[in-house]
Amino acid sequence: MTNEFAVVAEGLHKRYGRSCALDGVDLTVPRGTVHGLLGPNGAGKTTAVRILATLLRFDAGRAEVAGFDVQREPERVRARIGLTGQYAAVDEVLSGRQNLIMFARLFHLSPRAARARADELLEQFDLVDAAGKSAAQYSGGMRRRLDLAASLILAPDVLFLDEPTTGLDPRSRNGVWDGVRSLVAGGTTVLLTTQYLEEADQLADRISVIDTGRVVAEGTSDELKSQIGGDRIEVVVRDAADLASAAHVVEAVGGGAVHTDPDTRRVSSPVRDRVEALGDVVQRLREAGIVAEDIGVRRPSLDEAFLALTGHRAEEEVAA
Amino acid sequence: MSTAISTSAPASSPATAAPSALTRLRWWVCDSWVMTKRNMTHVVREPEEVVIYFTLPIMFVLVFGYVFGSGMAVPGASSDSAYREFLLPGVFVMTMLYGLGATASGIAFDVGRGVVDRFRSMPVTRSALVTGRSLADLLRALLEMTVLVVCGLLVGWQWHRGIGNALLAVGLILLLRIALTWMGILLGLIVPNPDLVAVIVFPTAFPLTAVSNVFVAPELMPGWLGAVSEWNPLSATVGAIRELFGNPGLGGSSWVAEHALVMAVVWPLLMLAIFVPLSVWRYQRLSR
Repeated sequence: MTNEFAVVAEGLHKRYGRSCALDGVDLTVPRGTVHGLLGPNGAGKTTAVRILATLLRFDAGRAEVAGFDVQREPERVRARIGLTGQYAAVDEVLSGRQNLIMFARLFHLSPRAARARADELLEQFDLVDAAGKSAAQYSGGMRRRLDLAASLILAPDVLFLDEPTTGLDPRSRNGVWDGVRSLVAGGTTVLLTTQYLEEADQLADRISVIDTGRVVAEGTSDELKSQIGGDRIEVVVRDAADLASAAHVVEAVGGGAVHTDPDTRRVSSPVRDRVEALGDVVQRLREAGIVAEDIGVRRPSLDEAFLALTGHRAEEEVAA
Repeated sequence: MSTAISTSAPASSPATAAPSALTRLRWWVCDSWVMTKRNMTHVVREPEEVVIYFTLPIMFVLVFGYVFGSGMAVPGASSDSAYREFLLPGVFVMTMLYGLGATASGIAFDVGRGVVDRFRSMPVTRSALVTGRSLADLLRALLEMTVLVVCGLLVGWQWHRGIGNALLAVGLILLLRIALTWMGILLGLIVPNPDLVAVIVFPTAFPLTAVSNVFVAPELMPGWLGAVSEWNPLSATVGAIRELFGNPGLGGSSWVAEHALVMAVVWPLLMLAIFVPLSVWRYQRLSR
């Protein structure tokens, strides 16, 4: 347990028939940090988490969690981890309190300690009022909180969160984020999968970008952003019909690949000299008669970093 | 989640020595009991489901006993309540068969919703999920039997050969239920969602009981159908308990019909020998 890394994976391979789910994934997560696995659906994030949480066997490689080998000593790993998957995996008939007591008993707490821990967790996750209600009557956010509470019964060394905020409203999502932050402050290591760039940006100390079963890039959010170049100029046009001509203007000034987002009427491109580029774009837009709502120069978003690293957007499905 | 989450949780189990064999045994018993209690709590918190499972056999007793029963013949008996005395052991066994549906949908639900994954990611004895389930099903079967025996006594059914034989009969019924539970566990592990369970179980369960000695004595059926009915595993248990309860309708001169008591033990054991290893294999395949 003196190991400085809470999670170590080396060359993890996992095949399903002829398709390759993991194609040599390497991962090291220092203790007490949050590591994000970022990638589109089907990239292999969930497979990696299920392997590390002892749910899935793998074909080649080595994995160590909380200081124990995942394949040789899965039981010891299980006593030290928590897992919150994409579904709220709680018993829907039992009440919130009954769920927590059951899980605590299964972690081999005595009946009395299990009840005490359940009440403590209900308090912390703001579920006291709903403690007696069936989990089936809970809202999505409450169910996710109950699920998270169930993963934290033994204050795990390593917590796996597989897309913990998928399908949650922003308020519940912020609640989960706050919860994760205070856990990490208490010393827990978190491995988080997400397809939301914002989530990885907000929570993760380091991020592994994973695509078609491989880690294609690894680093802090800032490192990943700078890996694809420096500043970008961004124009938001008032009229969506001007998008194409605005893209033309931005391309002429920036000289790089232009990224157009019709939903937000936004055009962006990398630039070398930010001040000069800004002046040029303003002047040329005016000449072309395009009304801009906003013009600015900024660092690239993680979304753009992802696009540059993998050749497709993060939230797109990968064709099989 | 306004307050910070404390990590003042009980410390994880000691990092040093691996648990001894005795500790493992204690955990297995303890985990199985927690799982049993979980399933029993379902009965308490969601009685609707159980009520449905009770209503069906009681309806069969009333509809077959009074409506169709007036036109039903029981070999070697002629009294007014003879058909109902004949019918009740059949309904006991039929109820055990339908219980398979509850087992399978419970397991399918747990697998589909990731509850099984949560258990598997915890230091829970792996077999506790199924041992707990089968123990809970057994307790539930006892509850069902109690209700049905009372219902039977009300419509004129009774046991005629002493309490010892009657208890032996109940034992045979529960043995069949254990075998059916494992069939249900396998089904629950195979089907992709719980809704499919009802679609599979109910349309197959009724013909299975019809082509047996549950409602009609096989010797009254066309020759080949009668033979199939006699070899139906349900018929062995029904025949055996009719014998033990001293209820009418014993008959048939075939080997299986004459050895119902033996077959009522052999069939369930054979089913267990098939379904337990298959379920274990299927459960382990969840890690693939």
